[in-house]
This record gives sequence, structure tokens and C-alpha cells, in this order.
Amino acid sequence: MALLEIEPFRLLIFLGGLIAFAALNAAYLVWLERKVAAHIQCRIGPKEVGPFGLLQPLVDGIKLMSKQLLVPGGVDPVLFKVAPLLVLVPAVMSFVTIPFGENLAARNIDLGLLMIFAFASVNVLGLLLGGWGSANKYAVISAARAVSQNVAYEIPMLITVITMIMVTHTMNLNEIVKQQEGMFWHWYLFRLSANPLMFVSFLIFFVCSLAETNRAPFDLGEAESELIAGFHTEYSGMGFGVFFMGEYANIVIGCSLATVLFLGGWQSPIGVASGWWWFLLKVYTLIFCVMWIRWTYPRTTLWGLLNLSWKVLIPISLFNLLLTGATIKLWSFFMGAA
Amino acid sequence: MNDLACSPNQETFVINLGPQHPATHGVLRVKLTMDGEYIVHAEPVLGYIHRMHEKMGENRTWAQFMPNTGRLDYLGALSYNHGYALVVERAAGIEVPERAEYIRVITVELNRIASHLLWYGAFVLDLGGFTPLLYAFDDREHILDLLESVTGSRLTFCYFRFGGVYNDIDDNFITGTRAFIKRLRSRLPDYHNLVTKNVILINRLKDVGMISAEMCRRYGATGPVLRGSGVCYDVRKNEPYSVYPELNFDIPVYGECDSMARYMVRMDEIEQSLRIIEQGLDKLPEGPVMAEKAPKIIKPPVGDYYAAVEAARGTFGIRVVSDGTNTPYRLKLRSPTFSNLSLYGEACQGMLLADALALMGSLDLVIPEIDR
Amino acid sequence: MSGYFCELYQGTKSLAVGLGITFRYMLKPVVTLQYPHESLPMTPRYRGHIELIGDEESGAPKCVVCGMCQKACPSNCITLAGEKPEGGKGKVLTSYILDFTKCSLCGQCVESCKFAAITFSKEYNLAGPRKEAYIFDLKKRLEEKSR
Repeated sequence: MALLEIEPFRLLIFLGGLIAFAALNAAYLVWLERKVAAHIQCRIGPKEVGPFGLLQPLVDGIKLMSKQLLVPGGVDPVLFKVAPLLVLVPAVMSFVTIPFGENLAARNIDLGLLMIFAFASVNVLGLLLGGWGSANKYAVISAARAVSQNVAYEIPMLITVITMIMVTHTMNLNEIVKQQEGMFWHWYLFRLSANPLMFVSFLIFFVCSLAETNRAPFDLGEAESELIAGFHTEYSGMGFGVFFMGEYANIVIGCSLATVLFLGGWQSPIGVASGWWWFLLKVYTLIFCVMWIRWTYPRTTLWGLLNLSWKVLIPISLFNLLLTGATIKLWSFFMGAA
Repeated sequence: MNDLACSPNQETFVINLGPQHPATHGVLRVKLTMDGEYIVHAEPVLGYIHRMHEKMGENRTWAQFMPNTGRLDYLGALSYNHGYALVVERAAGIEVPERAEYIRVITVELNRIASHLLWYGAFVLDLGGFTPLLYAFDDREHILDLLESVTGSRLTFCYFRFGGVYNDIDDNFITGTRAFIKRLRSRLPDYHNLVTKNVILINRLKDVGMISAEMCRRYGATGPVLRGSGVCYDVRKNEPYSVYPELNFDIPVYGECDSMARYMVRMDEIEQSLRIIEQGLDKLPEGPVMAEKAPKIIKPPVGDYYAAVEAARGTFGIRVVSDGTNTPYRLKLRSPTFSNLSLYGEACQGMLLADALALMGSLDLVIPEIDR
Repeated sequence: MSGYFCELYQGTKSLAVGLGITFRYMLKPVVTLQYPHESLPMTPRYRGHIELIGDEESGAPKCVVCGMCQKACPSNCITLAGEKPEGGKGKVLTSYILDFTKCSLCGQCVESCKFAAITFSKEYNLAGPRKEAYIFDLKKRLEEKSR
């Protein structure tokens, strides 16, 4: 335990732990997704391999690693090989600032929130390079769709985050969680004194994080029934595996951010026994909601998607911004006068 | 084609919605010339599953061709059995006993519901919603179990004979069917709440894939495609056959001409089929299920005969030319999906790829029936 | 303006209702059958490949080798042969070969048999690696069954 005090070792242990967390998540979120999908569809998911199919991700991983890494002729070799990494690495790096518990953040960066969003925008590059570098018309179509989708949905997300920063006065994620101490009505989701429409802000943030990670109903990039597999059509074996891992890591990041900003992070809802277990419980509840949404709704069209962003989410989030500013000012005025 | 290839200011590329594709149900190839995401020209290429059923008809005896009719549109095989049995009975002048007619109508309508349920699941699957497929298949399993207990097969039925049906139905079938009607009536509101009223689906289907009534007439489209464009034409009402004149049912017609109208026509047809089955079960008379005077070896008199029935996908017409021997001289099958697909090239010009696939799903294609 | 908010409200409500339905189905019991571990009995009228019916006392096939099934089959799957026994009337079956690779389970053979000598079996677990395994010698199968 003394090793944890010495700074370089502490960081290395945490980074090792984070990579393990990201890898385990990528593997077992696939298992969870298949089980959730199965029970929604009134069937049992994987069950043969291991009890409740728990060894299924292991076997799938071995299968993916044993496949030949096909590089089709005519692709741009650099772009083709770099694209999956550009999706996976920023997601794993964003884990560095997320506070799993009171002292359980790899590095408490003061600009943590900004850093996560900076890395999230690199994700789009990965899709574009993967699609373009594949020398496949289907992949190019899907890459173009993915870029316009990601650009359109970053804007309401960032406006909502700016709204939250107006309330929290800090970008340090651990500080934001500490401000939500107490019973569950202290969480920012219920902080109506800052913004009466906080629930709408949460919804906008959640929908935008669904769109950023290309999850249904916004998965035009990988629309299975139209474009075979979209930007990752030409990837086989571990290349496809890395794209998959990147997608699930992004989902975990999005849900962790939503938990930290709105649901109190590692704070317990009853005021006692706060810790990393509450954080994980909340994150996995949100991930369950993400999967539940995927298996319920059909896919939007490109026009419907862009309309939703530009005509619905952006006006409402801008209105929220103004409302929050006005509410904070009025509240401090009345509290100051009282 | 040449104009499109050399036209300036338009960088188009040709994409193959190839024979192997998750969204074309069967082996259909569509050559799309696209300008970005918009379709400039679409050309369906058929023939990948041509099995020469019409030629087989010339080399089989009349009774031996019955299994072939089940393989044309395997999802609604009983309607095709019915069409063939009708035309030969008209030719040879065989009277079908009333119990057999009622059994025919009940089983055909059950088959129609099964076909529409599968279409519903596959259509929403094309649009990205994976779950309604499984719910529809759950209901379809009940229908297939009922039909298996009567006919012996689950999909490619060969149940009708010239002069009646092969087996009689028993009380288990009747109680099972009544229980199924109750069950499906309680599940249909769930389907509507989950899919029909979903805002994402409405945006996907409303005002998408417009097919005017005039275009339908030009290409000879029938069935839900025609009824979704406002024309009330159903063979069961316009050229009645079997016991349909004695049963009380409506023909759903929607005038909006978009994919949503075709979707609603089929969902309403499921309800109407449930009504028909209920009435059929109530009115089912006792009696034989096979005509006594039906000859074992059929030799219809020389001539040219035609019959049409309302299959799940449209008007299935069958024309036989008999020369007095025990094999037909010519057997012509008019497949409804062939006419429905032929308007696809014109209808999807200028559409987005996703909308064109929604249009294809709403046409309810079964490719083996097109290629026969 | 009010139309915009009305649409928004209706849309969000439809999405919430959809989620409620899938949640309800998630809590319902599973409707699938775990196939290799459990299996269903076939209905009495299920059409598996045909098999010969043996006489109750002697176990010999009831078939009199009239050849109606061979003529009725649309796909020419059935080949049968018989011989006249010494000092007896009628023919005795010597071989009955069903080429199941071509059979379409139409039932014309069963229907055309006037002596109730063939019927449908209830077999459906028929996966195999070689095509030759599907040329069934029905007489041999009957003998093995009666042993």
C-alpha cells in the first residue's frame, strides 16, 4: 500500500487497472447486451458456454484473434490500420479523469471535463478514416453519414455541459461529485433551484451521448440491414474487435459522464456508505437503459436524425442555457435578500 | 443508361444491392446508380432462382403439380393451392362440399395472417427495430402448430385436393384456433403501440415511397400495394369465389399512397382475417370433406380456363390450357409480386437509399414467387 | 408554435410507451424450447419420410407391389421391385428404395396406396454428412424395426 503513495507507481497501477477495466467492460458488455436483447425478445441468450454463458466473451475473443487480418487490395494501408486505434485509444484515455470513488481517479485534472470532450471528437476521425480507407462504396457512404451525425450532436451536448458548468463552477470531475453530497435530492438532476428543466437537460445529454457513440436508434453508420456493416465492413478478426471495444468503451464514458454530472457519481442516495459501488451501480443502470433503447426502437433516417438535432435539441438546449442563467441569478438575488 | 453515364456535373457511381443482401428478401439484385445518397436509376435484375415451375407443369399430371404451387410463395402457400384447385375444379366441373369450402377459407386466412406477421417482423427489421420480429414469430408459431396438426407441414402446404381437402379438422384444431384468435387480438394493441405509433417509425414511413394509383394501374400492381393507393380492389369482393360471399368482412383501403398506408392496410387485413376465421368457425357445417364424384385421375375437357384468388401479396392468377390428356398443355402463373416489383424502378427515382429500402420492404416481396 | 410542442410531446410519449412494452415483455417467461436438451413430440399427422407398414402377425410388409406409388410420385423417388412367390398368388416385395434427396413430402404416394402399406414416419432429426445416407432402403428399415 505504501507503493500507492509514490506518484509514478500509483499512476501506473491505476492505468493498468483502467486498461483492465476497459477490456473487461468491452468483453462483458457484449454478454450483457446479448442477455438483455434475449430477455426483451422472450428467449434466453448465450447459455451453453459456461454458467449463464459467462465464458462466451472469452471464446468470442479467442475466435476473433484466430482470424486472419485481411487487408483488401486497394486500401490505403496507413489509414486502414490506424482507424480502429483512433476509436479505441481516446476512449481509454478519457477514463483517466473519471472519479470512481473518493480517491479513485487516476489523475484529478482541473480541466477534466474539457479533456474528455476533446478526446471524444477524435472518435469521428476514426470512423471517417476507417470508411474512406476501406476502398468500399458502402463504407464511404456510412463514413459520410457518421461525420455529419457526430458534428450535429456534439453541439447540443456541449451546450448542455456549459449549462452544467454554470451550475458547478468547476470542470474538475471529483469536485463536481463532492458538490452533490447528501441525500439524493442533492444530486444535480433534482437541483431545480439551478434549473427547473434539469430533467430535460439530462435527457438531451443522454440522447446526444447515444448519437455520439453511434448506438441505435442513431446507428446509421453501421446500419446492418442497409449497408451490411457500414464503416467496418472490410475489417475482420481483431480489427473488428478493436472497433467493437472502442464503441463499448465510448458507451461507458458517456454513461459515466452522465452519472458524474447529473446523478451524483459515487455519492450514495441515502447519505451513508458512499463509494465506488454506487458509481458502478449507476453507470450500469444507465448502460442497461442504453441497451434497452437499442432493442426497442427502429433506426432514424439521416434527415430525421439531423432534424432532431438542429431543430429540436439545439433550440431546447440554448433555451435551457438562458433559463439556467436566469434561475441562478434570481435564486442568488432572493437568497441574498432573504 | 448512356445519358446518365456521360452527363456532366453529376458524379454517379453504380452500387449493387447484390443478390446477397440482408434487406432484399431472397435473391434479388438491384443495380442502383447513385448520386451521393440519392438514387438516380434503379434496375431490378431477376432470375437468380428461376426453377421452371411452368415447364414442370407441362410434365406432371394434374395432381402431381399441387406440391409445386406450395413452393411458389412459400409464406402463403395455401392461397396458391386454392387457386390451382379452383381452376381445375372449374375446368372439370367438380363440386366441392360445403364443409371443405369452409375449411379451405379458415386455413387460407390463417395462412394469410402468418404471412402478414412475417412481413411485419421483417419490415420493421429492415428499418432497424429488431424486436417486433421475435414477437411476430411467437404468434406465427401458434398458427404453424395449428396448421401442422391438420395438414402435416408447417410451410409448404399441399393440403387441398380437387374436390375438397385431404384431411378433416378435429375439435382440437377448433379450440386451438379460437384460443389463438383471442391471443392475437390481445397482442395486436401491443404491436400498434410499439411500432405503429412510434414517432421514429412514423417519420420513416409517412410520405415516403409514393406510388400513385395511376402508376399501379400501369404496372398491374395488386393487393395491399393497390389498396394503399386508394383503389378498392380485392378479388374476394370483386370476383368472389368459395364461400366469401357469405362472410362479413371489410376491405381496408388507405388513400395516402405512402409506405405508411401500405403498412396500415396489412395490419388491418390481419384484423379482418381474424373476423373471417371466427365467422367461418361459427358457420362450419358437418359433412364430407371430399367430393364423392371426384375422379382419381383427372382429365379436364379441352379448353382454356382461368381462376384468380386473393393471395397475401395480391391477385394470384392461374391459367391452364388443357388438351384432354392427364398433363396440362400449358400452365401460366400470374405472380402478384412480379407486377408489384416492376414499379420499383420508376418509384424510387430521386429517393434516398434508406427510403428506397423502406419502399421495398413495404412492397412485401418474396423473390421465389417472382422468378417461379 | 403549439404544433411544435404538441408533436414533441406526442413523440416523447410514444417512445416512453414503447419502452414500457419491451420492459413488460422482458419480465415475461421465455417462449423458446432449448432444442438439443428438450424436444417436442410431433403431431400425429406430421409428414416425415415414408415407411412401410408391417403386417401384425408376420411382420412382412403389406405392400403388394402394385406400383401406384411409383407412378404417383412427381419426383420419381420410389423404386420398387417384387417377385411372384412359388405356389402363391400376388407379388412379394423384394426391395423398396426411397430416394429422399428428391422427395418433396407431398404425400401423393401415401394417398394413392389402396392397401395402406405406407405411411409417414415422425422422423425429423435427419442431418448427415453424406448424400448416400439418404437413399433409404425401406424394407431393411422395416425389418430392423420389427426386430
